[in-house]
Amino acid sequence: MSHAVHLAATGHAFLSPTGVEIAFLLVGVATLGAAVVTVTTKQLVHAALWLVVALGGLAVEYLLLTAEFIAWVQVLIYVGSVVVLLLFGLMLTRAPIGRSPDADSGNRPAALAVAVAAAGALVWVVVDAFRTTWIELDKGVQGSTAVSGESLFRHWVLPFEALSVLLLAALVGAIVLSRRHGHDSGRAAGHATRGNGAQSPGAQGPDAQSPGHGKEKR
Amino acid sequence: MNDVLDVALRLLALLLAFLVLPLVVGQTEHKVMAHMQGRLGPMYAGGFHGWAQLVADGVKFAQKEDVVPAGADRRIFQLAPAVALLPYLLVLVAIPVGPAEGAVGQVLDAGIFFVLAVMGVGVLGSLMAGWASANKFSLLGGLRTAAQLMAYELPMLLTAASVAMAAGTVSLPGILDAFEWWWVPWQIVGGAVFFTAGLAELQRPPFDAPIADSEIIFGAYTEYTGLRFALFLLAEYAGIVVLCGLTTVLFLGGWHGPSADGLGWLWTLLKTAVLAFVVIWLRVSYPRLREDQLQRFAWTCLIPLSLAQIALTGVVKVVIS
Repeated sequence: MSHAVHLAATGHAFLSPTGVEIAFLLVGVATLGAAVVTVTTKQLVHAALWLVVALGGLAVEYLLLTAEFIAWVQVLIYVGSVVVLLLFGLMLTRAPIGRSPDADSGNRPAALAVAVAAAGALVWVVVDAFRTTWIELDKGVQGSTAVSGESLFRHWVLPFEALSVLLLAALVGAIVLSRRHGHDSGRAAGHATRGNGAQSPGAQGPDAQSPGHGKEKR
Repeated sequence: MNDVLDVALRLLALLLAFLVLPLVVGQTEHKVMAHMQGRLGPMYAGGFHGWAQLVADGVKFAQKEDVVPAGADRRIFQLAPAVALLPYLLVLVAIPVGPAEGAVGQVLDAGIFFVLAVMGVGVLGSLMAGWASANKFSLLGGLRTAAQLMAYELPMLLTAASVAMAAGTVSLPGILDAFEWWWVPWQIVGGAVFFTAGLAELQRPPFDAPIADSEIIFGAYTEYTGLRFALFLLAEYAGIVVLCGLTTVLFLGGWHGPSADGLGWLWTLLKTAVLAFVVIWLRVSYPRLREDQLQRFAWTCLIPLSLAQIALTGVVKVVIS
């Protein structure tokens, strides 16, 4: 989207922040706090719910940057689907009320190292790429659906398509894994338990894309 | 100063609609269900045909003790009704009622996405309630809610995308501005899928396996009493209003109709009311779907239909442009 923003960072002072900038920082701090609680809390379901706060905070940040479309898609996909899937998985397996001290893994230092490295790399790349760009919040909306769509499907079509191929591969992989599992552990059992419901979103999705095939299988 | 007054008035009108319309739907359900089953329904409260029955119910709920089970996760248990109810209040902001500038709470650039995203958040309330109650029936209800949401969110999104394709915009007032009468037959399959999937997301009969009272004792809401339980019920009826309003706006042309300039808002309300009647009608006429039937219906029937609708929309759009 960099073509839509002005290359005028030099003229802006960081010492006299506007209201939006202050709000952006405050929401950012809250989001970071929620994210830290997500990975440190001992209560599994609370972690998932704190994740909702963190992801919602990110959506608010997008809104403050006038990217309304991205913000709502963030809520729709992450809060509405990913967290629901997470909660579903937790409830299906084990979701005790109260602390679960055995949920801690011995890989904590490794996870911390990976997290810090990933965060460092991302911050470095973003700062390096966008240091000199500046969004003029007053001069109309620059993250509207029309602008986002245009830049996504004109300038960034290739990464977009590559991502969809990646997702398709993941989908196919999920089907292959669940099919193999279904054959040796008995189909009837899989059909009667609630596990069937858990697998159906991934397992039957592509069938739905070719309606004829889905009906044949039934 | 004028702006502040304007915003305050709009919010007040929204709040009023949010408090009144669900009660109207609820009362209609009492009476319509009763007459369809050869009964009279509530007749005493308020005098005339028991019009104040739901007000009396509200007073009753407010008097009841607010119990939190000893084993429950207290804070999440208490927070859940608010999480279930508030999203529907937010959604009302974006639904345009009439053609005039002032007939929508707030014009949003990506209205469809806002509406669908926020409605999806409401289901988190049921999940939180189901888990935090520390009750196996509640947990089962929560599980069923989550499975149902994951299955029915997709057809809803796909059919809404079909309308957005037809109109060339994702803003709700923009869609209504682009509307032509022949969109109704063109998008009718998508409309039916959207409405059905919305019913499932609201957990209304025949898609009420997550709260099946005769089976898992009201699912996620088993442990709730008093006002918090009333809030969940209010969320259900507010959800009906929101779903019918959205279907009206997206598929039935909203305020379009004869002499729409002056009476546009009346058309919106009328279409919404007819759809709400259909929701009640379905509750009386259809038995509850079993859990595997629910999933099969979503994945093998609704999703192919919505994909076919998208293909049809694309073809027609290319042909006429």
